[in-house]
Amino acid sequence: MSTLQDQIKQVIETEPVAVFIKGTPEAPACGNSMRAMQALWQAGAPIVAVDILPDPRIRQELTSLTEWPTIPQVFVKGELIGGADITEELNASGELRAKIDEALGEHTQFVRTVELTLE
Amino acid sequence: MATSTLQALLDQAFPGGEVSVEDRTGGGDHFQVTVTSESFNGLSLIEQHRLVNAALAGPLADGTIHELRIRTKGTA
Repeated sequence: MSTLQDQIKQVIETEPVAVFIKGTPEAPACGNSMRAMQALWQAGAPIVAVDILPDPRIRQELTSLTEWPTIPQVFVKGELIGGADITEELNASGELRAKIDEALGEHTQFVRTVELTLE
Repeated sequence: MATSTLQALLDQAFPGGEVSVEDRTGGGDHFQVTVTSESFNGLSLIEQHRLVNAALAGPLADGTIHELRIRTKGTA
């Protein structure tokens, strides 16, 4: 079984748009996670979401990778673009949609969740 | 935590900048911080937010900030 950090890296590196949130897309457990999800959806992103709440190690490993202290964390093509505030700001200015369209080309929109395997 | 503590940390990190801190819920753990500083000139949003996060690393790490909203602006 791959380590937790490897699984997190894999999601970030292989999913075109990945977001680490508190709770699930259907039931975000925090206002900022909801704001990031809404902004991504409005920008037409195919969203792959990972809930960090099942185990505190998920957040620890994620933060040690990104050196970004807060949740949510949004990645486009492996690059951290920021948390809820930046995602909202980039969506409001149209830059988020442009960034996603540029990175992904023609794409469909969906919301999918990935569960990490905990040892 | 009082807004004045965060205000002091941000004033120290961004001398000459304009800093405001709002306690969004009155509970001392959900904050909106707004910083205008020449330190942000030429930086991307994520780099700007990293500077704010670094200034507040202490209270972010020990959990006294439960939720942080950041707005940054350069002066250029």
